[in-house]
Parts: sequence; C-alpha cells; structure tokens
Amino acid sequence: MPPLVLHHLSVNYQDLRALRNINLTIHPGQLVGIFGPNGAGKSTLIKAMLGLIPRVTGRVTWGEADLSAHLERIAYLPQRSQIDWHFPATAWDVVMMGRVKPTGWLRPFAASSRRLAQAALERVGMAELAHRPIGALSGGQQQRVFLARALAQEAEIFCFDEPLVGVDQATTGIIFKVFRDLAAAGKMVLVINHDLGESITNFDQLILLNQELIAAGPRQWVLSPEHMRRAYGGEVGFWGHVA
Amino acid sequence: MLPEMGPIHWLLDPLQYDFMLRSLAVAVMVGIICAVVGSYLMVQRLALLGDAISHSVLPGLALAFWLGGNIFLGAFIAGVLSTVLIAWIHRQSSIKEDAAMGIVFSAFFALGITLITVIQKENKIDLNHFLFGNILGVTVADVRDTAIIAALVLGVVVLIYKELLFYSFDPMGARASGLPVGLLNSGLMVLIALTVVASMKVVGVILVLSLLITPGATAYLLVPRLHQVMILGCGIGVFASLSGLYLSYYFNLPSGAAIVLVVSALFSLAFLFSPSQGVISRYRRRP
Repeated sequence: MPPLVLHHLSVNYQDLRALRNINLTIHPGQLVGIFGPNGAGKSTLIKAMLGLIPRVTGRVTWGEADLSAHLERIAYLPQRSQIDWHFPATAWDVVMMGRVKPTGWLRPFAASSRRLAQAALERVGMAELAHRPIGALSGGQQQRVFLARALAQEAEIFCFDEPLVGVDQATTGIIFKVFRDLAAAGKMVLVINHDLGESITNFDQLILLNQELIAAGPRQWVLSPEHMRRAYGGEVGFWGHVA
Repeated sequence: MLPEMGPIHWLLDPLQYDFMLRSLAVAVMVGIICAVVGSYLMVQRLALLGDAISHSVLPGLALAFWLGGNIFLGAFIAGVLSTVLIAWIHRQSSIKEDAAMGIVFSAFFALGITLITVIQKENKIDLNHFLFGNILGVTVADVRDTAIIAALVLGVVVLIYKELLFYSFDPMGARASGLPVGLLNSGLMVLIALTVVASMKVVGVILVLSLLITPGATAYLLVPRLHQVMILGCGIGVFASLSGLYLSYYFNLPSGAAIVLVVSALFSLAFLFSPSQGVISRYRRRP
C-alpha cells in the first residue's frame, strides 16, 4: 500500500486560517496519533484530507491518484458529538452501514456482508448486544460498535476522531488492540487524541499540530520539550513524564 | 347529526358515494407516503423543513391554476424551488438554516395567498380547500396522480433505503465512504415536495406537517429501528387518514383538521403509555 501524501494543505475556518501549509507523508502499517491543543485543527486536518470540508490550497495523494478517487477505501469515525444517539437503529444496523458502499446501489446486502458484520461485532466484543438500540448502549459500547462498522467496511485507511472520549478502561484496551492489529496487517491507522497520559505510548508515530505542523515522526522524537513548547506554549511542564 | 344505525352501516354508508371512495383512496396513499418520508424528516431534525416546503407550494399551485396547467406540477416546482432558495441563502450568508426557512416559506406562502385572492376575483376557487383539505374536491385525475406519486416515492425509498439510512444517521461518515450525500439530500427534498403535493387535496398544506411528523414520532416511541418506525407509522397514518375522513363526512369538518386531531390523539396515547418511553409507564415502574 502506498503512503498518503499531503501537499501544501491549507484550510480556512470562516475567514481565519485553521491549518497552514501542511506537508506530510503518512505510512501504512503504523499506529499514528494526531495530537495538539484544543483548536489546533486536528479534526480539520482529517476532514480536509478526506474532502469533507473545502481546502484553500493543497492536494492529498495516495499512490498515483488523488485520495478522493479512493473514498471507498476509507473508514471514518466522526466525533461522538456529531452523532444523534437517539436515532432509531440497532448496533447491527450501524455496523451494516459499513457495507453500504461496498454493496453498491440497488442491491440488497449479501450473506458475505452479514458475515463480515458479525465477525466485526465479535472482534470488538459486541456480538451479544447486536440487537440493542444504539441509544441503550454505554459510551464505550457505542464506540466499539462504530469501530466494528469501520472493520466491516474492509477499508485500507482508518481515520478515528477522538475514539477514546467517554469510554471505559475495558473499551480502551479493546480499541487499542484492534488498532494495533490493523497496523500490523499493513493498514493505515490515524487516531486523533488529546489525552497525553498513559495511552500515548500506544502510538508508533505522532503528528503534532498547532494550526501548522510542529513535528511528525517517531513518538520519542516528536515529544521533545522543544516541540511540546511550540505546540502547547507554556503548559510544557507536565510533559516530562510522558516521553 | 349521527343517524341511528349500527357500526357496520356507519362504516359502509359513506362508501356509496363516489367522492368518498376517491377521497378514501387518496387518504390511504397519503397516509402511507407521509409516514415514510416524514420519518426521515423526524430523524434528521428537519421537521421545520417539512413545514417550509408545504407552505411554499401555494404560489406554484395558484399560478398553475391561473394558467390552466397541472396544479400538482406547479405546486411541486414551487416546493423544490423553496428548498433551493433556503440552501442558497444559508450558503451565501451567515443566516442560519432555520431562519432561512422561516424567511422563505412565509414569503412564498404570502405570495400564494395574494395570487389566490387575485385569481378568486375572476375564477371561483376556494382558498380553504387547499389550506385545510376538502374531501369533496378529489377528482379521478387526482386519484391517478396521487397513485403515480405514491408509487414513485415508495419505489425510491425502497431502492435506496440502505443509502438513505447511512446518510441520515451519519452524513459525514457516509460522505467519507464515498456516498454522494448531496444527491441523496436533494433526492430527499424532492420526495418531501412530492409527498406534500400529493397530500394537499385531502389534508391541506397547513396541516400536512402533522401527517408527516406525528405518525413517525408515535411509532418512534414504540419500536427501535427506522424501517419499523416507517411501517408502524404507515399503519398509524392510514388509520388517522381514514378515520379523519369519516369524521369529516359525519360532522362536516375540514378533512385535514379531523385527520390531524386523530393522529395527535394517537401520539398522546403512545406518549403516555409506550412500554419503553411512556410517561405513565415510566411513572408506574417506579418503586
């Protein structure tokens, strides 16, 4: 699988520059964390990369072609707050949404799609609760259902926007296990996070943002005091223990 | 008002009139498509959009009547035009979408009232029929047009159900996976406009919102999945439309108002007694 390359990506939010000239190469087979303070443009980076919001300048290429030509290979998990959790759907319905695009227009879901959905639910430990309404699940269970949807999609590029917000310890463990397995299977796994505690050690590579790219590369190197000061300003003090 | 007779006669007596048969046929179809399309409006929190489109059909209807064209077609064009205008105002300025809806639909509605008032001076059309529904006004051609619209709406929803479900639950995720969400959204607007147009003879444009939203909302209190909400909503919508027409027949009420009162009563029952979400059921579960 080729790397994903961002060329001169800039994005405006209303009339302000939200992301400035991001140049970045992301390799598959590694667990990549996207970090930065609030308002750093982490979600904006993912959304602009996937073409969900307009860019001012820049291209995103995957191999020879633009990433926009390969959207069916992308699984995207929105932030929790973007979802109406009272929507009339069961966990199973949500996971099957991952099979909509691969199935194609005017066709019913194939038995193979149902098997993929079932396997994905088992992988995240949610098979028994498949027929519960999503609104009746806990926050961690809801995130696992969304993870199962991404798995069922059989994507190559996985983008998760804050998948660890509001989830329990057990779910965090399951989610990171799936992430590591995906990376080990050669997939590209991008995870927005802002927890700089223990969980940061799960990532192989980090992308540190604050409206511009501060650093990207191996975790230890990115978490240098100099980089952290540039990203977080004066709050650097409590960083020492992390790296 | 009610003659002395058994319930069977009470049900069968109106059926000897052709106008009643035509109205009942339209009412069944309208009850079904309103519940189906309205379920999408409810889950996407677009109830106000249903109101906006229904009020906006009036000037198109009036113009078509004036020019001797098909009033369904005129109303449909005006309804779609209003959604385009709402989206355009929203995109071109910092006006929020609900404000844009309020501005556009009241302007269209006012234009419609004005046109109809002007036309009324030359031709005899009764404004109230389009605003509140009239069971006497349904022609054979109306039954045919409604059947075509209903077949079209249900056909499209069945064919793209899985795409619409993904889009209405998680538009960003659907778009990221490569679904044409702009097209799906426009398709939904067209379905809503078609449904409103089909409903205006029996329910009228002012109250059609009730038949769009309330059956789905009632079913939502009782069943957990979208297709179940739609199917149960259809049953509720059809029951309300039919019983509303009988009330209209026996008590000489505007049919739209009678239908809305029935469907609202059904919602109240579900709101109070739904096993999972009912206010009274919850109260009784308390120790």
